[in-house]
Amino acid sequence: MPAFALYGLFLVVPLVTAFYYGLFQWDGTRQAGFVGIGNYQEIFTRYPLRDEIPAALGHNVLFFVGTMAIQNTIGLGLALLLHRNPRGKRLFQTLFSLPYLISPLIVGYIWSLLLSPTFGPINFALRAVGLDAWARPWLGEPDLALPVLILVNAWQWIGGPMLIFGAALGGIPQELEEAAAMDGASATRAFWSIRFPLLMPAVGVITVLTFIGCFNIFDLVYALGGSDGGPGGAMDVLGLLYYRTAFQGGSNAIGESSALAMLIFVLIFGVSLALERALRRREVH
Amino acid sequence: MDTLRAAPRTASKARAESPPPRGTRQRSLLRTAGGQLILWAYAAVAFGPLLLVLIGSLRPNAEILRAPVGMPSSFDLSNYTRAWQTASISTYFVNSLVVTCASVALCVSVSAMAAYALSRWKFRGRALLAAFFLSGLMIPAKLGLLPVFYMFQSMGLIDSRIGLVLLYAASGIPFSVFVIMGFMRGLPGELEEAARIDGAHEGRLFVSIVLPLMRPALAVATVFQFAPTWNDFFYPLVLLRSGDKYTIPVGLTRFFGEFAADRGTLFAGLVIALVPLAVVFALATKQIVAGLTAGMSR
Repeated sequence: MPAFALYGLFLVVPLVTAFYYGLFQWDGTRQAGFVGIGNYQEIFTRYPLRDEIPAALGHNVLFFVGTMAIQNTIGLGLALLLHRNPRGKRLFQTLFSLPYLISPLIVGYIWSLLLSPTFGPINFALRAVGLDAWARPWLGEPDLALPVLILVNAWQWIGGPMLIFGAALGGIPQELEEAAAMDGASATRAFWSIRFPLLMPAVGVITVLTFIGCFNIFDLVYALGGSDGGPGGAMDVLGLLYYRTAFQGGSNAIGESSALAMLIFVLIFGVSLALERALRRREVH
Repeated sequence: MDTLRAAPRTASKARAESPPPRGTRQRSLLRTAGGQLILWAYAAVAFGPLLLVLIGSLRPNAEILRAPVGMPSSFDLSNYTRAWQTASISTYFVNSLVVTCASVALCVSVSAMAAYALSRWKFRGRALLAAFFLSGLMIPAKLGLLPVFYMFQSMGLIDSRIGLVLLYAASGIPFSVFVIMGFMRGLPGELEEAARIDGAHEGRLFVSIVLPLMRPALAVATVFQFAPTWNDFFYPLVLLRSGDKYTIPVGLTRFFGEFAADRGTLFAGLVIALVPLAVVFALATKQIVAGLTAGMSR
């Protein structure tokens, strides 16, 4: 089976090998002895990794929380609007999910040009309408960089939750909504007690997908902030850190970065499985 | 507190129970108009940045630096010729096209065989094998990059486009198998049985009966394999060395370094990088929306 061979050789074997690599001390590309969990201890105690790992992890977590809040709220809002005004639904769906297709790297470059402090259209437009004070180096200030990153990312992916919520809304039986209206439920009330519980499966899928996406992010940050993760590492994430450790790290780069890869793998795989379980249990049938 | 909250609720209840007052129609009209307005506003947010890039690519650099927003003063394609020739976007473009097409073809054909075998043949461990393939949907494959790097080094595949093709084909297999298997489940097996009774052997059966039947699923798999492969940045960043083998995404990082001050050319380069995606999108919008909703809501 050619598919089995390809998939096994290039996808599964490397992950197993990464685990194996992580158990050894390395000197360049030469194995220099079995150290067991030594590499795992080392990445948590040795400077600069000691400080970079918690920082990057924290950025990933903030990034996930911010994305969940912004992207999925807007996505749900747009899906509800489209559900209520079906006119031009296809056109809007297409327009909204267009950025979805573009490479995150290209999205990053597009926004870095648009947001650039002196010649960027965004600041230009702000100045043109008299909001000079609002114009700033969006990607150059450590406090702003991460929120801007979250917004740019939400801009790109908003079509996903919108389409999923849209499909879920379309699947809600009309009678339920009519019954609620008949009982005199207000629109808000009907939403929270009828629709929202029925949207829970969609929320579950979206949470898991958003989580995986947020912890895998690399290209967008690379384009917006370079391989160091922006001003003062304000946008540094685990993906970038892994890349730096593996390909710009010291003599034990293979051991340390493999250990780091394993930690990231366990984190992503474990949490997404747990999330899926937890959310599935809360679904209404 | 409670009274505050209760008041609007009773009010709305009264409104719903009494016969529809004269204002309702107007209000719902107003609401529709408001909804349309928000939708158009977000459409501007979603599409505006792309429009700015497109307009920027048609303006001379000096003009952009003077006024970042504005219409092109004349129709001028010199940014494109500069990006295409001087900045060697053409080389990156051709590399991307070759790598993407080859890997998509390889991925979809092996996935079709695997999905067919998994959904039609009865053999031991079938469920386990299917689960093994599908687990790839959740695995962050990029974390295996370092072993891939050393494996490629020993196989002589570093700085080689063939290596990339194999890697992309492999990483697309889980999704393609998932889509094609889902489709096969809805197909009756009678045609295959009839062909088998007529004496067709397995290879013949697959090529002339199964593949044509699978076509819609193959189209979805192709579209969904094309965009991520065209867009991928991480693998070529690590696995390619020489500039003449760069694909578009890595090429762009170099291009952005070289032409940092030349806004017009940068915009043109970005537009060129987006063209194949636009073409695929235009050809396959229906499959994309169908595939997104089917693939993601399960």
